[in-house]
Amino acid sequence: MREVYFDHSATTPVHPVVAEEMIRYITGNFGNPSSMHSYGRTARKAMEEAREKVSLGVGAGPEEIVFTAGGTESDNMAIKGAAYANRNQGNHIITSAVEHHAVLDTCKSLEKEGFSVTYLPVDRFGMVSLESVADAINDKTILISIMHANNEVGTIMPVPEIGRLARERGILFHTDAVQSMGKIPVDVDEIQADFLSVSGHKFYAPKGVGALYIRQGAPWLPIRHGGGQERNRRPGTENVPGIVALGKAVELALADMKEESSRLVRLRNMIINGVMEKIPHTHLNGHPDKRMPNHVNLSFEFIEAESLVLSLDLEGVAASSGSACSSGSEKSSYVLSAMGVPKELARSSLRLTLGRDNTEEDVDYLLEILPAMVERLRLMSSSYKDKH
Amino acid sequence: MYSEKVIDHFTNPRNVGEIADADGVGEVGNPICGDTTKVSLKVENNVIKDIKFKTFGCGAAIASSSMLTEMAKGKTLEEALKITNEDVANMLDGLPPQKMHCSNLAADAMHAAIENYKNKNASS
Ligand SMILES: Cc1ncc(COP(=O)(O)O)c(C=O)c1O
Ligand SMILES: [Zn+2]
Repeated sequence: MREVYFDHSATTPVHPVVAEEMIRYITGNFGNPSSMHSYGRTARKAMEEAREKVSLGVGAGPEEIVFTAGGTESDNMAIKGAAYANRNQGNHIITSAVEHHAVLDTCKSLEKEGFSVTYLPVDRFGMVSLESVADAINDKTILISIMHANNEVGTIMPVPEIGRLARERGILFHTDAVQSMGKIPVDVDEIQADFLSVSGHKFYAPKGVGALYIRQGAPWLPIRHGGGQERNRRPGTENVPGIVALGKAVELALADMKEESSRLVRLRNMIINGVMEKIPHTHLNGHPDKRMPNHVNLSFEFIEAESLVLSLDLEGVAASSGSACSSGSEKSSYVLSAMGVPKELARSSLRLTLGRDNTEEDVDYLLEILPAMVERLRLMSSSYKDKH
Repeated sequence: MYSEKVIDHFTNPRNVGEIADADGVGEVGNPICGDTTKVSLKVENNVIKDIKFKTFGCGAAIASSSMLTEMAKGKTLEEALKITNEDVANMLDGLPPQKMHCSNLAADAMHAAIENYKNKNASS
């Protein structure tokens, strides 16, 4: 059976070159970067080279990059660190309703500590408008956090415009670039970000390593305390193999970003157009063109996405559904519901996210098996007959 | 996450469809999660002669509907009324805990169908 992985927004395989590079820092060069001796110096050198690569990847200076344990930690550090450092200036934070839980739940936790948070609505494409950000700003606003690209529907937000507005109003700006990093250009000056989060496992580095960009001089406080590593911004003995991998993965992503992203756009559009043509009662979720090159999200009327994910899995295709019927009560996705997608359609949303390992043959295979699967599930569905 | 039996019933569901001249029809939905199951019955001499289902829902919802129809076919109405959602889950070698309440509705739908049959016959 053909095996196709279409879930790169969930995680990616480690690139073989990245794996080769990092393994040298697991077996041979195992030193602690804080040690004086040659082991330590070798590890430190590798870590600083990785920092250089990551900083180049986001257009920052190396001293502005702090290594973390991934996207969740970076988001927590950015938002809490900025909130605590600026609480005498105000207590208001602006974010959006469609952020990842790493941002939303951090904001919720700050609400319990006396901060007030505005969760901006989005339009039907999942887009936050500049006007809504401007309208939400008050004299207590200290931080705006809007993601670069949405993980569930792939919509790319107008972050350079929001960043400029924040800068003009003297408000700090954080963006979660976990989904965009390594796939489309990410530049902290273009975005005018003060903080920017990235996560290695979304672009062919391993899980559990990421980085936070902190603009030089941005008022911010560490939320972890310990042995002084990362210039006290994120203490703890560094994950050297992970950090080396992150640096390599950024380097590889930059090397062919243009070619790879146009290749993925082509495959992505083949899927979207092919499905829309072959399968009636299908809807595209997210923005038609301001979307990630690798991101497809489609709703198939009359069927529940999980049954489709299961059917695909049985035929060797790994995909995911926006709505997981496993979370008990919250069956349909909060992102789709913020976009105003009707509940039944939200429950039928299938996410297919492409990556380096996908080929045109993978897309052909999907387009070959999907129509019959959808038809089979529709014929079984209690909501289908009414419309037929 | 799913047992082999669940996958089997999901892949090859038994008794899918709707009986055109059904003697009893029952539809049950979970308002929170949205799974919906519709069961239709043919009854002869107090015995379920034929039973079919249609389900909007996840793999667990489809598999439990299919299993229920297998369990109920040929049973007397009294026997069928004793089948519970838990019995269906057990016959499937279990369902993931989070699916037990939202996606395991088939027995309820059949009970509703039997109720519907009894009401129809009482009034005529
Ligand atoms: C937009 C976004 N932010 C944050 C995260 C969390 O990243 P991590 O899994 O590295 O903690 C993810 C990934 O799940 C994501 O998609
Ligand atoms: Zn379900």
